[in-house]
This record gives sequence, structure tokens and C-alpha cells, in this order.
Amino acid sequence: MPPPDKAAGVRTIWYRRHTWPIRLMHWINVLAFIVLLMSGLQIFNAYPALNWGKSSYSGQPPILQMGARLDAEGNPMGVTRVIGHEFNTTGVLGVSAGMDGQLAQRGFPAWITLPSQQWLAMGRRWHFFFAWVLVINGLAYIAYTLASCHLTHDLVPNRADWRSIGQSIKDHLLLRQARGEAARYYNILQKLTYLGVIFVLFPLVILMGWAMSPGLNTLFPGWVDVFGGRQSARTIHFVVAWLLVGFVFIHVFEVVISGFWNNLRSMITGRYRIGGSEDD
Amino acid sequence: MISQDSSRRRFLQRTLAAGGALLLSGCDQLSHSAWFTKLLGSAEKLNFASQRLLLPRKAMAQEFTEADLSPFFRSNGTSNPDNPEYQALAANGFAAYRLQVGGLVARPRSYSLDELKALPSRTQITRHDCVEGWSAIGKWKGVPLSRVLEQVKPQPSARYAVFYCADPMDVVGTRYYESIDMEDAWHAQTLLAYEMNDAPLPVKNGAPIRVRVERQLGYKMAKYIMQIHLVDRLDDIAGGKGGYWEDRGYEWYAGI
Repeated sequence: MPPPDKAAGVRTIWYRRHTWPIRLMHWINVLAFIVLLMSGLQIFNAYPALNWGKSSYSGQPPILQMGARLDAEGNPMGVTRVIGHEFNTTGVLGVSAGMDGQLAQRGFPAWITLPSQQWLAMGRRWHFFFAWVLVINGLAYIAYTLASCHLTHDLVPNRADWRSIGQSIKDHLLLRQARGEAARYYNILQKLTYLGVIFVLFPLVILMGWAMSPGLNTLFPGWVDVFGGRQSARTIHFVVAWLLVGFVFIHVFEVVISGFWNNLRSMITGRYRIGGSEDD
Repeated sequence: MISQDSSRRRFLQRTLAAGGALLLSGCDQLSHSAWFTKLLGSAEKLNFASQRLLLPRKAMAQEFTEADLSPFFRSNGTSNPDNPEYQALAANGFAAYRLQVGGLVARPRSYSLDELKALPSRTQITRHDCVEGWSAIGKWKGVPLSRVLEQVKPQPSARYAVFYCADPMDVVGTRYYESIDMEDAWHAQTLLAYEMNDAPLPVKNGAPIRVRVERQLGYKMAKYIMQIHLVDRLDDIAGGKGGYWEDRGYEWYAGI
């Protein structure tokens, strides 16, 4: 007996969805981003607060601050203050168990920082090395997408895309997936999200990293003030990093619900299946 | 086909799980391996080379206004050197203090605090960026290091200025030290600062003299400076990396 899809007359088509340079650069970016996030949180932990403005000591309280104090019973308590509101975040932020199981005062917990223990010098080494990896990989990606027309063909929305925006929002909310030929192309929300990540969030997080460099500050004295000053740049760097984490969560969620193995395979071997089932 | 596909799935599942575990525990091991930390450290050379390439030699750090001054200028690291000789100098208002300047120079000499203050001074309001992430803005007055260099006349072989400090960093008495290259040593904003915020430099911020190296992070700006030594190499001093924190894994070039 033929599988149900075949009985219904749905033909299985395999095609090459992602070229090898895109696949390679995607996974390099995954590695670099994970390392940058975790080593970045290690660096954050050296001064677990965020300020707005040119300096950290301007008389204004921090926007975000993680600290510790003893509770009524004398136990260590992690306290996170966000714009004047205080939260008990014991176990995760402010106070958490290290790799040895002992509670210790630290901003982000050991399981999300690189290295896991408090080690600023090593965190910086990881961060700056993989920052170069991310930037070089990102430049190569942009050069490739321009040269191969991947950008203009697959990422820049066309007229039909813009008209479909209402339908696309509805489809996303109802978790409806594209089928057949439509699955070959990115939808409008997908295109806008990728463009936003590639041309807004990544460039911004890199620029805000540079804005924290006292050396690069001298390029055009005062350029950092365009973003509110060095401490504002540090805050934006932090927020954009978490926006990118938010993108990764949505991205992985969509990958899972729209056919996890099919999507994953297409980013490893390039092969993507339209119609039929995995077993064909 | 079914069995082949599910075995492929199992393989992928294991690869992902192993990859995750490798990333978490492996990274900590890599952080302790000599070859890998050296590889990571190559980024410092790239940072240094690209910043020196991109930035003009005389590029100036941003200067601020009185309105930007931090109401409180944080003291980090040593706040009062645990050193009897230093304490004796401080007790006497640094009247007996002498800054020794020597090494690869034509005319080594020493300066009293008054002699340094008699040299032409520069005042600048700059932002102090700590490697930890915080910044504070302060007003500094001091003699540009270039004025001192003009008097002692560095030999052509001099490549670095090394600052030896009065503050012991541990129980065995390891002293703080730092170094900068001649490009930063001659820079207009590189000061031997003796005043902060219009008052004599407080002990907690490095009295009687701290160096300002405005294009780099705070740990380069050594406090409690007792001696400046011009050298052609750093690998034969203390841990060989050019500074107390550098010997403990921090970058020698702290422009980022």
C-alpha cells in the first residue's frame, strides 16, 4: 500500500535549499554567537549593573543592578533591581550555586557564563576572539549574499510579499505552515525578521561593542555620545544581545514546528523536502 | 528506509547532545589549556594592530565638561598601599618623595613632587573606563610624560615606559607595575597626574602620582608611581607580560 500522501497524489520533491557557503557561515555564526553571549555575561558579571549616560557614577541610579544581601533568616538572597523595582532572584541572578554547588554572589549563574567560574580575563579572551570570528563571518556572509543574489532573490520582500503581510501574521499566530511550492520561499515576516537581524541587530551590537573601546572612542571624539555615552552603549549592547537571543528562540521554535528534521537537514546537507513524508 | 532514517536521527540527536556537553564542560577545559588560550589571545594582536592602523598617532581621547564630572570617583584595586615606606612618605605630605626616571635614557634623574609641579602642566576632564565595565569622569592635572621624556632624553632603543608602583598586591609583597609603548608615552594626554578634581590626588586614587593613559582601560593607569624605567623589552620583567594584571591573563593592549 502506498503511503497516504502518495495516495492523495502529493509528489515528493527534494531540492537544494541552502548552498554550502550559507550552511557553513550559519553554523560558524551559531558557534560565535553562543560563545559571545556566554563570555559577554561573564564580562557583565564583573560589574553586574547597567547605567545610562557617559559614566556609571553620574548621580543617577543604575537601570539594572544585580546584588546580594542577607534575608531575615540570615540566608544569602539574590536581588535584582530593574528601574527601581526590586525582585528576589535567588538561585538565578545575584546569588546562585557555582559548579561546586555552593551559593555565591554573582550576576548571571555559572551555567550560562564562559568560563563558568568568575574569570574576567578569560571571558574577555573568548569574547574578543569570537567577536573577530563573528565580524569576519558576517562580512563574508554579506559579500556572498550580494554576489550570489541570495539577498535580492530570497530576502528582500517583493510586491506580493507586502500584500501578503496580513495573511502571514494570521498564519504565524495560528502556527499554519506553508505547503507545496510556497514552502520554497521565505514568507514576509520571515524575510523582515532575517533582514532586521542581519542589518540592524548584529551591526548594532557590534557597533555598541566598539563604542565601549576607549581606543576606538578616539576615532571621532564624541561619536559615542550619539548613543547616549559609553555606559548607554554598554546597556544597548546588553539589550540587543538579548533581543538576538529572543530571535534565536523564535527561530528555533519555527524550525521545530515547520518540520524540524527537514529544516535541520537543509542547513546541514542542503537537501529540503517538499510534500510527502520523511520516509519517502 | 525507515530504519536508516531513524538511525540517522539517533546520530543527530547524539551529536547535538554531545555537542552541548562538549561546549559547556569543554570550554572550561579549553580555558586552562596553553595552546587554546594562546589562540584566543591572538585577538589582542589583531585589536592592537587594527586600532594602531585605524587611529591616528595623535588621536585624542574625548574630553568632557565640568557638568559631566562624577560626584564620586571610585577607587579600585589598592586604596591605601600596605607599605611602610609609602606610609612614611604620605605622613609627611610626600615632601621626601622622589620619582626616579631611568633605564634607556641619556640623562637619568629624579624629581621631587615640587619639581614635577614646576614643569608645564595639562588639565583634562576625561572618562576612566575600568576593565570591569564601569566608567567615571574626573578632572586631572599633571605634567605630560612627554615633558619629562624631553628632559631625560630616551635612547633610540627605548620601546616601553615601565611604571613601578608602591602598592603591594598580595601577602608576599608583589608590587603593581605597568607599561606602555613610546607612542602612548609621548601622547599629549599621557600625564603624570598629581591633582584630581582640583585637589591634590587622594591616596585612594594613587597619590602622589598616577599615570593617565586616556586611550586605554583603567588598569594601565598605574597609581603610586615611584619609578619610570625605559626599556627595550618586557619579557624579563616580573611575569614577562608587561604589567601586574597582564601577568594574570589580561591584555597588554587595553584599548578595548
